[in-house]
Formats: sequence, C-alpha cells, structure tokens
Amino acid sequence: MSDNGSNGTGFIGASLKRKEDARFLTGRGRYTDDINLPGQLYAHLLRSTVAHANLGSVDTSAAEAAPGVHAVFTGPDMEGVGGVPTGWLIHSKDGSPMVEPAHPAMAIGKVRHVGEIVAIVVAETRDQAREAAALIDVDYQDLPAVASLEAARADGAPLVWDEADGNLCYDWEVGDRAAAEAAIDGAAHTVSIDVVNQRLVPNAIEPRAAIGNFDPTTGEYTLYTTSQNPHLIRLLLGAFVLGLPEHKLRIVAPDVGGGFGSKIPHYAEEAILTWTAGQLARPVKWTSDRSEAFVSDTQGRDHISTATLGLDEDGKFVGLKVSTQANLGAYLSTFATCVPTYLYGILFAGPYTTPAIYCEVEGVFTNTVPVDALRGAGRPEATYLLERLVDKAAAATGIDRVDIRRRNFIREFPYQTPVALQYDQGDYDATLDLALEASDWDGFEARRNEAAGRGKLRGIGISTFIEACGIAPSAVVGSLGARAGLYEVGSVRVHPTGSVSVFTGTHSHGQGHETTFAQIVAETLGVDFEAVDVVHGDTNAIPFGMGTYGSRSLAVGGTAIYNAVQKVIAKGKKIAAHLLEASEEDIEFADGNFTVAGTDRSKSIGEVALTAYVPHNYPEGLEPGLEETAFYDPLNFTFPAGTHVAEVEVDPETGEVELVAVTGADDVGRIINPMIVNGQLHGGLAHGIGQALLEHCEYDDEGQLVTGSYMNYTMPRAGDLPNFNINHNTTHCTHNPLGVKGVGEVGSIGVPPAVINAVVDALSPLGVTHIEMPATSQRVWQAIQAAQAQD
Amino acid sequence: MDDFQYHAPSSVDGVLSALRGADDGKVLAGGMSLVPVLKLGMAAPSDLVSLRNVPGLSDIEDHGHCLKIGACCTHAQVAASSVVQERIPALAAMAGRIGDPQVRNCGTIGGSVAHNDPAADYPAACVGLGATIITDRRKISSDDFFGSMFETPLEEDELVTAVCFPIVDRAAYAKFENPASKYAVAGVMVAEGDDGVRVAVTGAGAGVFRVAEMEAALADDFSADAVSGIGVSSDGLLSDNVAGAEYRAHLVTVMAKRAVEACG
Ligand SMILES: Cc1cc2nc3c(=O)[nH]c(=O)nc-3n(C[C@H](O)[C@H](O)[C@H](O)COP(=O)(O)OP(=O)(O)OC[C@H]3O[C@@H](n4cnc5c(N)ncnc54)[C@H](O)[C@@H]3O)c2cc1C
Repeated sequence: MSDNGSNGTGFIGASLKRKEDARFLTGRGRYTDDINLPGQLYAHLLRSTVAHANLGSVDTSAAEAAPGVHAVFTGPDMEGVGGVPTGWLIHSKDGSPMVEPAHPAMAIGKVRHVGEIVAIVVAETRDQAREAAALIDVDYQDLPAVASLEAARADGAPLVWDEADGNLCYDWEVGDRAAAEAAIDGAAHTVSIDVVNQRLVPNAIEPRAAIGNFDPTTGEYTLYTTSQNPHLIRLLLGAFVLGLPEHKLRIVAPDVGGGFGSKIPHYAEEAILTWTAGQLARPVKWTSDRSEAFVSDTQGRDHISTATLGLDEDGKFVGLKVSTQANLGAYLSTFATCVPTYLYGILFAGPYTTPAIYCEVEGVFTNTVPVDALRGAGRPEATYLLERLVDKAAAATGIDRVDIRRRNFIREFPYQTPVALQYDQGDYDATLDLALEASDWDGFEARRNEAAGRGKLRGIGISTFIEACGIAPSAVVGSLGARAGLYEVGSVRVHPTGSVSVFTGTHSHGQGHETTFAQIVAETLGVDFEAVDVVHGDTNAIPFGMGTYGSRSLAVGGTAIYNAVQKVIAKGKKIAAHLLEASEEDIEFADGNFTVAGTDRSKSIGEVALTAYVPHNYPEGLEPGLEETAFYDPLNFTFPAGTHVAEVEVDPETGEVELVAVTGADDVGRIINPMIVNGQLHGGLAHGIGQALLEHCEYDDEGQLVTGSYMNYTMPRAGDLPNFNINHNTTHCTHNPLGVKGVGEVGSIGVPPAVINAVVDALSPLGVTHIEMPATSQRVWQAIQAAQAQD
Repeated sequence: MDDFQYHAPSSVDGVLSALRGADDGKVLAGGMSLVPVLKLGMAAPSDLVSLRNVPGLSDIEDHGHCLKIGACCTHAQVAASSVVQERIPALAAMAGRIGDPQVRNCGTIGGSVAHNDPAADYPAACVGLGATIITDRRKISSDDFFGSMFETPLEEDELVTAVCFPIVDRAAYAKFENPASKYAVAGVMVAEGDDGVRVAVTGAGAGVFRVAEMEAALADDFSADAVSGIGVSSDGLLSDNVAGAEYRAHLVTVMAKRAVEACG
C-alpha cells in the first residue's frame, strides 16, 4: 500500500460521477417535505410581525374553533419544557461568563425579533392551519427596537434583554494586547481600517422542514428534520429541551437541500414539532416557505470592525490589533457565540508571521433574527479584514501588493501563531506563484489600458489566506468553552458477499459524501466502487456523530471511516492467516487481497468476509462478523490555504461592477474527487462573490427586514459569475492519514477581499481608498462622487 | 394563497361574463405578477379567469403603419418575432431583457400593461413609442393609459386585447436593472417618428413619465450630447435599497444618453 492509504485501485483522485446525482437530477431525492406519515397533521407557525414588543393577550379561541384545527399552542403551554440551548460558553475579558438569556421555544411575555414564533396551529391541512393562524389575535405592545450594532451599543439604547447591559453578551479577547499595542506604537508605519462585514441570508435551496412523530406504544419520538447534524440535534433536543433519553428519540435528516451553516443550529421549530406530536400523539409536519425562511433561518456575518497594523521599514508586519462588534441577533443560536470569537479571532495571523496580535470582540444582542454559522463562519470576516488591511498597508508604504505579502509569509512549519493556532504545513509561495501565473498578473496593465479605451476602469485584486478547518480537537475546543466534543464516527460493515455499507456521523447536503467516502473505502479495501454505499442522516442507523460543518467531513469523518477500514483489514488478516495456515504477521493486504508475504497464496476480501459470517473454519476466540467502528478525534485543525485573484471592470458612469475574471490557486490537501472539489470551490466562490458584490440583508430602524425576498435580496446567479480559473497546489495535512484538509468554505473565505481589492484598485486612480461590501452600483457611484467632490 | 375558483373560457365574451359573474374576479394571463401577489396574500380574488383558451390573442400582425401585438403574446414571443425584430427592433430587444427566461416564457404584454408596475419595461416602450392600448371596448393612448403605480383606466371587467405600436424612424431602449429582480431601476425608451421625439422613463418614478426637456433637445439635435447634460429632478423619484432617488435621477440621464447612442 502506498502512503496515505492508496491501494492503487485508482478510486482516490478520480473524478467519479456522484452516486447521489441519479436521484437528485431526476427529482427523486427524498427530502423532509417528501415524507408523509399516516395520520399526519400540518402545522402553521404564527410569527411575530414586530421586532420588539410585550406580548399582551394572545387570543387563540377563534383559531381553535376554525375548521380542521386540532390544537393551538402558545409559549406558556410549553412552559416547563427546557429552553433552546447554546453550544458554546464564551467568557469575557474579566473572566465572567457570557450573558445567556432564556430561549423558550415559543415566545413568553415578549417578542424580540420579527419572525419569532408566537403560536403553533395544527390542523388537518396546511391551508386550514394557515387560515386559522390568521384568526389569532395577538396584542403586541410595541417596545423600541435596536436593529443594528450601532443602535444596540448607543448610550441609553433600549435593551433586548434586561440582564444584558448595553446589549452586551460578552466582551471577549484573544492574544496579547500589551504586546500588540507596543509593537504598533513602535512601528515605522501604521495603517488602520474600518470595515463592515454585512449580514447575509444563507438561502439554502430547500427551506427548512420538520415532522414530529410520537409512538405511544413505545414512547419513542421521531423527528424528521432538515439538519446538517442529526446526532447533535438529538443531544440538544433530548437532553436539554424535552428531557428525553437517547433511546426514545430518533432524529432523521434525510436528503437535505443545502445548509451553508443555517441547518446546524437546533431550532425552536424542532422542539415545538416534536413536543406537539407528543401532545397529540399524531405526526405533525411543518414546512417553511421562502418568506418564512428569510425571517427564521439563522443569518450570517454582521460585524463592524476597526483594526490597526504596524509595519517596520521593510514592510514586515510587527503588530495587529482588531476591535470588532459582532451582531448575535435576539437569541443565542447554537454556535452563535463561538463563530465571532474562536472561529474569528484566531485567524488573524493569516499566512503571515505577525509576531504580536490582539483581537477583542463584543458580542451584541439586537432585535434581529439570530446569527449563526454561515459558510466559512468567522473565517471570512477575519480574512476580509486582514486582506483589506494588507492592501491598505501596501498602498501606504508604497510596497507592491504581492511583494508585501511575500515579505510576510510563514515559511517554517509547524508554526505557532500568537493567536492559539499551530499550522502544521503549507506552501504559500507556491499558491501565490501559481495564481500570479494563471491570472497573468504581470500582463494586467495592458488589460487596464485596453479597458480604459472602452471607457471602463479595470482593477485587479489579490488575497492570500489560510483557513482553520477540520473542526476540531475535542480537548482544545472543550477548554475554550465548547459544550460538545468534535470528533467523528465511521463504521464499515463488510457484508458476507463482500459488499460494504459505510455509516458516517457526518451529513451530506450537497457535498457528495456518498461518492467521496465510497471512493476512500473502495480504494483502501480494494473493492469495487459500486460495492460500497454510504449511509448517513439517521440516529437509529448511525452509531454516533457530530455532523457536517467547518469543512470537517472529509478530514474528520473521512479519517474515522479510514480508521475503521484499517480495523477491518486487521481483523481480516487474522481470518486470512487462519485460512492460509500462515502467521498473522506474514499476511499482507493490497488490492483487496490478503497474501502470505513472498508467496502467491492469497484470499480475497470477499472470501474473508464470507468466512467471517460463515465461520465454520475460523480462528479460535475471534468474533464472527466483519464490521468495525472508529471514533476519530483530530489532533489539530487543518489549514487549507491559497491565493485568489479577481479582476473587475467598473462603469464609471453608473458605478456598475462587472467581475471579469477569478483565478484560484488552492491548497485544499489531498484531493479524493477532483470534480467534487472543483464543484465545492465553484459554489464557495459564487457565495463569496455574492457577499462581495450582491448580497446584503438589511433591516430598517424598527427591525423590519427590508430585504425579505428575491425581489430585493440579490443572490448571485450564473450570469453574475465569470468562468472560474481553478488551480491546485497540494500539500498534505500532516496529522491525518489521508492528508486531507477541506474545501467547502474556501471560496467564501478567500475571494471576497480579492474582489473588493480589485474594485478599490479600479477606483484608486479617482482617489477611492475603500468600498464596503457589497460593492453595489450605487455604492461605487457614490464613492466616485465623493472622491470627485474632494478634488 | 387562498382558494379561488378557476375558469378558462374559450372566448373574450366568456372571459367577460365569468368576470361579471364573480364576486371579485381577476384575469389571469401569465401569472408572473398576479401569482406572487396571491402568494404573499396581498390579494385574494374569489375567481381567476384564465386567458389561455381564448384564441387569437397571441397574434402579431403587421398593419403597415403599426404592429398589433395580441395581449397574450409572451415576452419571449415578442423578442423572437422576426416581424418585431425587423419593424421595431427596439421593442424586440426590450422584451428580450425582461426578467429571466422563465418570466419571459410566461409573462405577457397584456398582463404587463394592465398591471402597470412602476418598474416594468412595457410602460416605457408603450409611452416612448406612442402605442395605443386596445381593449374589448375601446382604444386608449399610452399617454392616457399609464397612471401612477398600478393605476390604469381599465374597468374591473375590461380586457386588454392588443397593443398597437406605430412604426417609428428610430428607437432604442436602455435599461439599468435591479440586480435582484431584473426589473428596471431606470429604463428609458427614446424614439423618433411621425409624432416627433419621445423620451419615456420607467423604474425611476411612481409611474412611467416623459422628459419634455430631453424631447425638445433631441428634436433640435438628435445626439447623445444633447441629453447628457439634462438632469431630471430627484424629487418624487423612487428610493429603495438598491437605488436612492438621487442615483435614480442620475441613471435616467445616463440611460437616456445610451438609448440615443443606440439609436445610431
Ligand atoms: C422574477 C420576475 C422578474 C421580472 N422582471 C421584469 C422585468 O425586468 N421587466 C418587466 O417589465 N417585468 C418584469 N416582470 C414582470 C412580468 O413581466 C410581468 O409579470 C408580466 O409582464 C405580467 O404579465 P402576466 O401575463 O404574467 O400577467 P398576470 O400576472 O397574469 O397578470 C397581471 C395583472 O394584469 C391583469 N391582466 C393580465 N392580463 C390582462 C388582460 N389581457 N387584460 C386585463 N387585465 C389583465 C391581471 O388580472 C393582473 O392584475 C418580472 C416578473 C418576475 C416574477
């Protein structure tokens, strides 16, 4: 066997067509809303229409009397049931724990954001439930709302939570403040930047849905839900909300149409539907529509930051200080508190050797939809700030943008950053060189001149970045406040005839796990790709697992599967040794065959499997069967890295930005399926470009969502994107056996600053030095107007 | 969406009597505007009367001095029509940029004019080209037809059956799109014909409007330079998350200039 587990069958590294696409592309996926249970009722959730109010009376009598209605419940009906928990405890600078307000599944006494659930109506049909809900008379006694970070942190601002002074959840820090400030004070150059990282709506193509079911004969509850992590939901819903033991609670997350982080959290809807099913002893289904998703799916980003970078006379970074306010929304969603802290502040070394770094973050409550992870989660915010700041530093020192990055690259590994992470491996020069070459960086001036002849301002921008993925070593995250471990579980069941079922605790909602994981098993076990199926998404089928997010599925979940295969091979050697009348130490395994070293005597994996299940001639004391499970807790994060280059053309008359070229040079670790990896890169790039140029979730001062539909929330479309020029330079992760790192978040982390740097580059001849995301036509036009007014 | 009765009669008279027989009946053409309104609960008609089975409403006829386009012609049909492309290329090009392919394959010219969305393209095309709206009972000039947003002189039970566009000497439409909806943030149709020069603006105001100053300047000197210095006031223009009134006013001038340039 070659290094990193390859058996030479060629499955690893091949662009095999995705197993799952046969059903997805023919409309035969089975999503939560496709499931209908006998006797099923339908729920409509009545949601708050105001951002902040005392709840006076909630009169449900007319709704209860409406045709087809079985029940109406409001917050007080669920009193005594636990609140929706938060997964991560953050401590403030002074050591005090964050403010962690109660989170009842349905509003009790107050509503705190538009979209908060006030009541559930259950009826025979969806229409009956919806029509009955319109009959509920809610007395909203309006309170002043705080809909933005500025409003929430203003003196005397109305409070979202009485217990959170200044609407502050925590005031967190990482790094050495004194060292960073001293380095900046003594620096030859200092550069500062104020940036906004705007709020985004995740917009998975499948809106959330849930079906609660209860079997009174067994006392077992089942919840079908659109989740990225069914076991995590079982843990939170069972242990914290409903008080159900694991063996009486089954969570099924069937086909799920995209998550992007918005399907990580344990949502109130999941608790309400499961509880309601128990109350009625009938299955109850709820399916969100798009308008509802806009005000009830967790949203992402929403930071305001100010940062200063100190440089010596040679352009070496000597100190970095970042102060950020992060909007958490009205309630603390599952990972809300760790995204802007431990997934953000620890990224500020980037690929650079900055010796002194300090980051402080205020987590702030507002009367808006809760914020949680969104593709990249914290890392895009850090990368955007850092790469904008580096470009500003280049402009301020007169050092070339590429050169200043090169002067600061980390080149010795392992590298301990001043903000907790230790990078195991990387080659940042290689991806930079590749990107410069592939984007024809040196030929840009000719393209700028050619565009100028057409009346267009052309600009080019770059970002060099790292990510921390493969989340995460349990002991490390535990010491930082995580309330769960972040290992992963894989089970490999070799059936009597040699076909294989693989069980993974990760969840595939677009990533192609059913294919990638099958490639790993087919290659390492030496069986046919067609002989391997991957099972995920059902807590009754899977031993355990933590789910999919943070680009962890391959690095952590794939490794667990790989390790389980190694256990299968180890057991297989015992069986083969017995059959071949050799000693176990003499058995070698390759290409699906157990061979006595130096001979041609061998047994195939199929023969060994059959023997394991029909153990007539079998080693004494060895258990029959060929099935192994591995729990894998990673030793470190993985660190994908790369360089992205964007080129834009700005129409100076209208401010319109056209993205004309995007080049990526990425090191995502070992590549199992290049087609899937490129697909992930494309999707992530589209997502990142959406943030840079198009998407902006806006609330008005009263906390009403202004951009609540696709008529005014701009999603990136194919026509907004150029062909992507994707290139790979791969280094292998050193601490997992497959050498893999992760790819799902690369685009959304790396590309936004490259695009904005390109826009600023295009506009710099006019004197524009910064533009906020999204760089909409109006913003660009206004920036041009403002710059011209200054002349 | 609330329940409604659905009718699909096979004649104009059948449509009219179904409308008259309903408590609160609405015509359904392509449904691209009406269905979203229903889904959002902004209207709940008792009856929907579909035009899909009425023959003869999807014809495009060349009458020499004008093109008569049936109310049920889809945007895709107008865009792809060789007659329209040849006789009023600006109109075909305009139709080809409405929304996206799905919208163009369903949405109709009759629905668009009857709806009179302030950001729709057809109002600018109709007013700019000096079209006449033909209904089951009368002919209405575009200048009289398009009121402020969503307002038209149509009676509750009145059906648009066709729109007649005079053949002009030259015309072009320039549009700055809302990046999310693809509707016009500022769309300007400039045309020169027997009627003189007409400049009609959609998307920017509460309804389509003409810019007299630009029309006069172009009548004098039909060139981009003639309009590039003429601004429209931002007073009363629309303002939303994509474009404030001032930016819209600026875009009107830029689009007018580009439309004139495109007239060749
Ligand atoms: C995503 C999206 C993007 C769009 N982008 C654009 C754009 O860029 N530019 C643009 O101009 N439009 C745009 N539209 C609007 C689209 O062009 C209109 O929906 C369409 O033209 C309306 O025609 P319809 O046949 O769909 O009408 P319907 O939706 O069926 O009806 C609209 C209204 O007109 C009435 N009506 C319909 N036909 C008649 C008739 N013959 N006589 C009397 N009343 C009638 C109906 O009762 C209803 O009140 C967009 C729509 C969508 C959904």
